[in-house]
Formats: sequence, C-alpha cells, structure tokens
Amino acid sequence: MTTTTEEKKYTAKDFQQPNANDWCPGCGDFGIINAMHQACSKLGLDPSSVVTVGGIGCSGKAPYYMGNYGVHTLHGRPIPFATGIKLANPDLTVTVTAGDGDGLGIGAGHFVNVGRRNVDITYLMFDNEVYGLTKGQAAPTLAMGLQTKSLPGPNIQMKLNPMMMAYASGFTWIGRGYSYNVKQLVELTMAAMAHPGLAFLDVLQPCPTYNDLHTKEWYAGKDMEAPRPRVQALDESYNPHIDASTSEEDVLSHARRFMEETHRWGNEIPTGVFMENTSVNNFAERIRERVTTYAEQTPARKVIEDSNGNSNVDLTGIFDELAVN
Amino acid sequence: MAAESTNGTARAQDLAWRVGGPQGSGVDTAALIFQRACGIAGLHLYGRREYYSNIMGRHSYYDVRASEIPRGSHRDAVDLLTTFESETLSRHLMALSAGSGVIYRKDDADVELHKITYLDERYADDLAKYLDERGLPPTTAGQLADAESRGVQLFSIDFDEVVDQLAEAMDVAQAIAGRARNTLAVAVSTALLDFPRDYVHKAIAKTWPGRQKIIDLNLKAVDQAYEFVDANYDRSDFGVTLRGCDSTEKRMIVNGNQAVALGKLAGGLAFQSYYPISPATDESVFLEAHEEFATKDGGQTNVVVVQTEDEISAVTMAAGAALTGARASTATSGPGFALMCEGIGWAGINEVPLVVTNWQRGGPSTGMPTRTEQGDLRLATTGAHGDFPIIVVASGDVIEAFYDAAQCFNYADRYQSVVVHILDKALSSSSRTVPYLDTDRIKIDRGQIAEPRGDDHDDGAFHRYAVTESGVSPRTLLGQQGNAHWCTGGEHTPEGRVTEDPVIREEQIEKRQRKMELALREIPLEDKVKIYGDRDAELTIVSWGSNKGAILETLDLLEAEGISARYLHARLMKPFPAEEITELLATASPLVIIEANFSGQYAELLRANTGITPDHLVLKYNGRPISAEELIRTMHEILQGDADSRIVLRNHYQ
Repeated sequence: MTTTTEEKKYTAKDFQQPNANDWCPGCGDFGIINAMHQACSKLGLDPSSVVTVGGIGCSGKAPYYMGNYGVHTLHGRPIPFATGIKLANPDLTVTVTAGDGDGLGIGAGHFVNVGRRNVDITYLMFDNEVYGLTKGQAAPTLAMGLQTKSLPGPNIQMKLNPMMMAYASGFTWIGRGYSYNVKQLVELTMAAMAHPGLAFLDVLQPCPTYNDLHTKEWYAGKDMEAPRPRVQALDESYNPHIDASTSEEDVLSHARRFMEETHRWGNEIPTGVFMENTSVNNFAERIRERVTTYAEQTPARKVIEDSNGNSNVDLTGIFDELAVN
Repeated sequence: MAAESTNGTARAQDLAWRVGGPQGSGVDTAALIFQRACGIAGLHLYGRREYYSNIMGRHSYYDVRASEIPRGSHRDAVDLLTTFESETLSRHLMALSAGSGVIYRKDDADVELHKITYLDERYADDLAKYLDERGLPPTTAGQLADAESRGVQLFSIDFDEVVDQLAEAMDVAQAIAGRARNTLAVAVSTALLDFPRDYVHKAIAKTWPGRQKIIDLNLKAVDQAYEFVDANYDRSDFGVTLRGCDSTEKRMIVNGNQAVALGKLAGGLAFQSYYPISPATDESVFLEAHEEFATKDGGQTNVVVVQTEDEISAVTMAAGAALTGARASTATSGPGFALMCEGIGWAGINEVPLVVTNWQRGGPSTGMPTRTEQGDLRLATTGAHGDFPIIVVASGDVIEAFYDAAQCFNYADRYQSVVVHILDKALSSSSRTVPYLDTDRIKIDRGQIAEPRGDDHDDGAFHRYAVTESGVSPRTLLGQQGNAHWCTGGEHTPEGRVTEDPVIREEQIEKRQRKMELALREIPLEDKVKIYGDRDAELTIVSWGSNKGAILETLDLLEAEGISARYLHARLMKPFPAEEITELLATASPLVIIEANFSGQYAELLRANTGITPDHLVLKYNGRPISAEELIRTMHEILQGDADSRIVLRNHYQ
C-alpha cells in the first residue's frame, strides 16, 4: 500500500460512485463496498493512486462502485492483472475484489502462485458459497451435501478452506470478516491494505437470492435455541503476528492454532486477523535486490527515448557478448 | 556445392558443414567452435539447430554455412558431415552427394540399422529397403558403401587413438583428454578442409576465456587433429577447401530468439511475463539474463521479467503492466497462444497496447514442439473470439526480427491495440552473422497519451474510450491524477462502464475497427510487403516468415539461369493490405505461394481479402525448414509446366 503525502485530504465520498448499482437488494456486497470506501479514506489514500481490480461475477462489479481507477478483468484472472499493475507501478495501491468461484475455482492457479510471490496487493474474497450471476451453482466454498435453492440436488463436491489455501500458498496476511459487521470489516480492510505484502481477506456474505441456507438470519444465529451471532471475533489469546524474530517453534504453534480456528464452522465462526507475517520480503523487494535500477525506473516510469525521440538504449555491451570477430 | 573446387574456379566460397550427435554430448559446443573459427576468418555464417523435445540422448544436429556472401538458409546437401556415433551417421549419409565427405568413427562403420536405439522404425525400414534394392546390407556399412558409390568421400577416424595421443602429449588421464573430443572433431574437419589452424586456435581461446587449462588442452587437441589428418590423409584428398577472407566489418552472431529480445530492449520493453514453452523460452531467458542494460547517456535501465504460472497469467499480467504505461510483452508458442486468446480479446476491447510474440511450432496441441511450422497465422489474425482490431507482423530473418520487435511497440501504442509478432521455430534457433544493429534507427512513438486533469474538475470519470474520427482515443495511464475511469472486458461507454446499449455498442465496435483503417493508411508499403528481385517480373513468389532466406537464394539461382522473378515478402498480415497486394499481383504469372503449413494459411488470407488464388501452392509441414534446393527444383517443375497446383515438399531421410 502507498499512502499519499499530498496535503489534500480525501473522504469516503471521494471513493464513492453514483453509478446505478445492480446488486440485489440485501446483497452482502453492499457492506463490503461500504467498508472499502471507508478504509481507503481512513488510510489517507488518493483515489488517483488506487486501483480496484475485479474478476467476473457480482463481486467483479465492485470497481464500478468505487471512485478510483477500476479494472474489470476476466473470470479468474484479476490476480495476474493486479500483479502486472502493481509491479509496473509500485506507487499504486491495488486491491482485488473477486468471488469464491473466481478465486478458488477458475482462478485457483493464480491464487496459489501469487502466494509464492508475496506481491503487495490485497485480495478481498466475496465469499457467499454460490455463483450468483449465473444463478446459484455451487462454488468451491459450498460444503458437500448442502443443497442451495437452485441446485438440482445436494452438492457432491467438497468445499475447500480458503484460509488454509491462502496459508499454504504463502499469503502473508490472512483475515476473515463478515459483510454485515462493517465496523470490523473497515478495520480488517485497512489492516489488509496496510500490510506490505500479499493480504487475503475472506469476507463471508449472504447471497439473498441464491443461498437460502447461509442467510443473514443464519449468520445472526436466529435458528439456534439460544439465538446468538454465529460470527464471532477471534479469541483475544490468538496471536497472529509472525516476524523475523519469531522462533520456528512459535511459527509451528501459530500454524496449529491457525488450522484449528480456520476449521471452525457451524455455530461459531471466528473472524479477525489470523496471520500477519512480516518476515517475508515482497516481490518488489526481491526484484530490487536483483535489479537495482528498478527502485527509480519502474516499468511505468522508465524513460525509453532520447531527446530526438529515438531509442535511448545502448546495446553495444550485449552485442560485444555476441561478437564473432 | 563445393566451397572452393581444386580446379581453381573463382567461385565465392560457400561451405555447408554439419555436426550431429546425441543431445547433451557437446554438438552445440562443436558447432560454436566451428562457427567462431569461421567468424574470426571473416566469413558470413548461417547456423541451423535441429533437436528433439528431449534433454539427453536423442539425435540433434547443427548446420553451419560459412560463405563469402551472406546467406539466410541452410543447405540440405552438406559438404562435410562430422559424426561421433552411428545414429548421426545413418541419418545424414543420404544428405551427401558426389564430392562431399563424411567423418566417422571406425566403430560406427558396421552397425545394424535396427539396433540403433533412436532410429525410427519407419526410417530404418525404408533405408533397409533402399539398401536391399542395391544389394547392400541393412547396416551403416551398407550405407557407407552406398555413399561411396555416389561419390562421397569417407574419412574413418580413430578418435580413441587421437584421444590417447592427446592424453600422452598433455600428460593427463584419458577421461580428461576425452573432453576435448568435440574440438577434435571440429579440427579434423577443418584440417580436411585445409582451413588455417590459427583461426581454430583463436576460436578455442574465445570459447573458454580465462580458463587456461581447458584452453591448453583444446589447443593441443587442435594440433593433434591436424597432425593426425596429415599422417593419414593427403589434405588435397578432399577436394573441398575453406579459406578466410578479408573483412574488417565487426559482426555478431544472433539467433531469432536473441534478435527479438534485443529488439524489444531497444524498443523500450519494460515488462515481460512468460511461461516456459519451446521454442519461445530462450527469448525470455535472454531478457532475464540482461535485465539491466545501458542507456546512451551512460546510465543503466532495466526490464522486469516474470516467469508466471501459465500463459493466461503471462498475458494478463503483461496487460496489467501495460495499463500503467509500461511497454509490456509476452512470448509464447502455439499452445500458449491458444491459452492467451481470452486475455488478448480483453486487451483488444480495452485498447491496451500489448505485444504478444508467437514462435510457431508444429501444431496442433503439443504437435512437434521443437520443429518448425507456420501454422498459427489463422489463429493469430483472429486473436480471440469476437471482432476487434489486432495487428499481426511477420518477420523473415534476424535483422527484420530485431527492428520489427521494436516497431511492434510503436504500433501497439499508436493504434492502442494488441500486436502479434509472429515468427517460427526455424528462425528461433537459426543464427546468423550480422553487423552490429543500429538502435538509432529505432524511433519511439507512444501514441496519444492523455494529460492528467488534476483534482480540480467536476467532469466525472475520464472518457478513455471517447468516440473519435480516427478511432484512437487519448489513453490514460493508471495513476494519472484526476483521470480515473474504468477498464472492462464488457462492452462499455466512453468512460468504461459496462453497457448493453445497442447504439453505444455499434459506436464502440466501429470506433475500434477504424484504428485498423488508420494503420493501413499510415504504415508504409515496405512494412506491409517487401519486394525482392525483378520488380517487373511476372513470375511471382509470395511467402512470409523464415522462408525468406531460401527464397532469396532461389531468386539468385534463377537469375543465374537467366530467369527473372520477384518475391513479395508479406510482413503486415493484419490489417491486410488488400489494395496494395491486389495491385502488385495484377501481373503475377504464374503466382506461387510458399508456406510451411498444410492448408496454405496465407493463401487463405489472401483469397479472403482479395479474391486472388495462386497458380501453385507450395507447402511443407513435416517440421523441417524449406531449403533453396527444394525450391529451385520446384520452380523448375513449375516453369516446365508439369507441376500440380498443390505441391508438397518432403524430406524422406532427415
């Protein structure tokens, strides 16, 4: 993330957009977009330096409801687009908004491999267990045996755990929020965006049209004998921090706890920051270690022509390597 | 054929030398030393590398053509074949004709063809049948006898004995001396050619700079080989000789992959993403190996190279980088290009300047990964599903590849479009000596870039896709102050909001397409199609890509016979320069189109755009590059009036 040094202060309004919104009434997406507006302004970002990169599906439309640069990409591909943008211009703050099907189904290869790179971008996963825009098919986060209303029969594919997948892939910040707890979601989004590496924020959200099992009421626990919200903040004893000084033993003990907490589902679903690992350098830092001029001459900013409008490159040194006489 | 015949005819030198062996056995090193020696001697070089999709053990070979006049193609019939084992001997003896020579190990002189591990059964069967018809056994001995009867000179070399002598002379173990086997093979070749030893010595020193022990061993190997040849043969036995020539021109040797990489650097490439695939990988690896390089003002600059998880990631990552203003590119081959299509369509509808380099190989699917073909033209000219402008540029040799690679970025920026630079495997792994290339010739044209509006405006989102007469709209770069808007793969309004409005749809699709009309108006004729030979000749050859070298040589051969012909070398494949080509072809008779694919993909494009069909379609699709020898034979058939309209070039024994 890159904060602005300009004097001008931007407000949440600067990140809003009056575009007609075509999400269904009651959609969990509204909470997420609201949190994004607030997080960006509270972080003091300049809208001109923020890029929201969407996938395909309802979540992919999020960029249209942001007042900054928006890039609506291809199904499953927002991660490589976002990576190209961030590496070419590290001054930009880049956030991916994509659904569970986009990130863990069609785009799973990118989800895994961006972890290996620890690119400084934030991935907000709109996690509602269904493919909404194509009318309710099972997403990779829908558990086996469940039958949401437009499925012809119970789901016979297992769900995968996005948090575990992010951990295994190498994301260095992992959190979970709930779209109807906007206050917490703003904090989580800010923390994810402020993290100087790859952040994954799993945002649980109802799909009021196609997910008739995990509704707003279900998340609120209204079906339970003693009604109580299912979504709970992580226990205060949970320590998500890992840095260069963390011992191997502590890393392992964190891993065990991480696994326990991310496997909890049903009547108690923990939310909060599950991992914040600052011990791993990000991809831009790795490039800088190899290519010293990258710090000044980023791909977006490097000068490529001389004062006559010709190529400013001198290839004599390389030609000499290839010389035959 | 001969480099310089002993009867003293003053023909320009032109030697074709071939060395082969199992992959990983040092064939490339041998070729490198031979090439260097010839290069130092002032000769022009053309090198061709053929190999299997394999790491170790399968047959590979390298052709070096050393000539006084620059040549851009290999020769099927080589002057001297150098082998280390029976497979190479068996595979290439058929390529030799009267006056040429073969160097082989004593041990390989009598091996049963069907016992050679990697010799295809089809090949061994056909060869056995051929030998049987001549009363010869199905062995390398049979083949050697056949070759000798055809006038090929046989040079049986006991390499083990030479290695022993070298070990003794250098006082090293046989295993150490054995490492110089490739040098021995080269030096036996050059000794038989009576090529001055000094050039080979210099090549050795240049091959292992700073490693004196290795240099000493190999220098001695050269001497040992020359002495061995002198002890066993009279150098004049072999009628083919090779001499140096006076040339002070500073030259380098580059292959297609390197030429494109260098052209991209000169053209301002800032970001290249790629996924490994033959025969494209070497381009990206070369870029990564030169990720920091010099600028004319004495400074340094860089290119960021990212190896991605797949080609989908490669093309979309490059598109993302391009949105920020970076000149961005990816390089792939057919299977990867197929995966990139959706991303190419996205860049097309978003008007993102993006360069995609496609190194064609035998397709479809895995096809023949390390063999050449020109089978992706149809796919490249559509790029993806739907209608959108795309520019396709084809290069015919390393010099064109260099300047085109740079120019592709100008086209991409000026017309805010995807540019596919289409090349082929034959060009990727063929190398050629060229003078140092001139980066001063490369203009940079960034096209129309919007000014930042700043924060003090109430104009709303920037109209990135404003409908204009030329079709080109001022381009924003992500991060410009006050120019926020949207990019989308959906049809969109001028500010980039998704729309399904019928009028806006028509306006946007028409606006995008107008850019291709603009390109056709602005791009000069010689960048669309280049004319070689006699411009007024009726006999007309049309082709594209790496066939150029063999065709230019065919023009020379025809000219020597007093036959006037011209060659139209197609360069801009899309948008198709229909007007100019129709005019140029009005007088063509006969019209001969030459392509390395099954269906005649360029001929199809020509017909679709102009209605013109060739009199003869000459095709080759066995994965081997077209040679001038094949073409001159074909042209003779055509001129004699007994050629079919569809002619397929085949190499039975290769």
